[in-house]
Amino acid sequence: MASVPVEYGLILAGILFILGLLGVLVRRNIIFILLSIEVMLNSAGLAFIAAGYRWGQPDGQIMFFFILAMAATEVAVGLALALQFYNKTRTLDTDAASRMRG
Amino acid sequence: MNDLFYVSAAVAILSTVMVITKLNAVHALLYLIISLLAIALVFYSLGAPFVAALEVIIYAGAIMVLFVFVIMMLNLGPGSAEQEKWMLSPGMWIGPVVLVIILMAELVYALARSALRMPGIAMVGPRQVGIALFGPYLIGVELASMLLLAGLVGAFHLGRRDKQQAIGEGR
Repeated sequence: MASVPVEYGLILAGILFILGLLGVLVRRNIIFILLSIEVMLNSAGLAFIAAGYRWGQPDGQIMFFFILAMAATEVAVGLALALQFYNKTRTLDTDAASRMRG
Repeated sequence: MNDLFYVSAAVAILSTVMVITKLNAVHALLYLIISLLAIALVFYSLGAPFVAALEVIIYAGAIMVLFVFVIMMLNLGPGSAEQEKWMLSPGMWIGPVVLVIILMAELVYALARSALRMPGIAMVGPRQVGIALFGPYLIGVELASMLLLAGLVGAFHLGRRDKQQAIGEGR
């Protein structure tokens, strides 16, 4: 049984990263931007896992743990910021933040 | 085991496209959960079963619950009741259900063919990962713990509502 070529894993990671990047660039709702950032972080982790699979070493999975911890922190702080943003501006549109001064 | 990779990769790409194109936040969240489950299966097919389990538990479990909480908090209002009713309509959940049934069938297929021990693929199990994590990467674990503490303090500080503001809004 032939195994999956590692290039396909990297191609999948690239496609997912591009989709997440498109989401960040296109959407203006702050919740969607956070979701797209999650997609991008996840695809970066997928690239690490694919590389670890290529050499059969646990290092790729360990890098994924660190990405996971970073993603959890980022989501907690980002969602708290989103709540504060909504309390201040009564909208989730990030273009409203361009009216900030200071 | 190639089928497992290709089908779950297709499901992951499809559901991620739905994440960035859906207008409703809850729709997008459901599709993101499907995408994470599909990527967990991809991890499994790439010989990383421990990370696949963590992806389901931490990403699809814990982090997505945070998103659900925030979306539900922001949706509070007079229109929330009819929104609840609208969310129970089939158009809301039929797409994610179809995708998750594909993933489930794939998992059952893999289990039925007793492909848990995949020949030809070097499985890197939790034991090797743990030894490497608390051996050469110990400083990284410490840094991750400090990062999580900083995130906890930051989220607590940012999420706290001012008393003046709360009184002013009459809540």
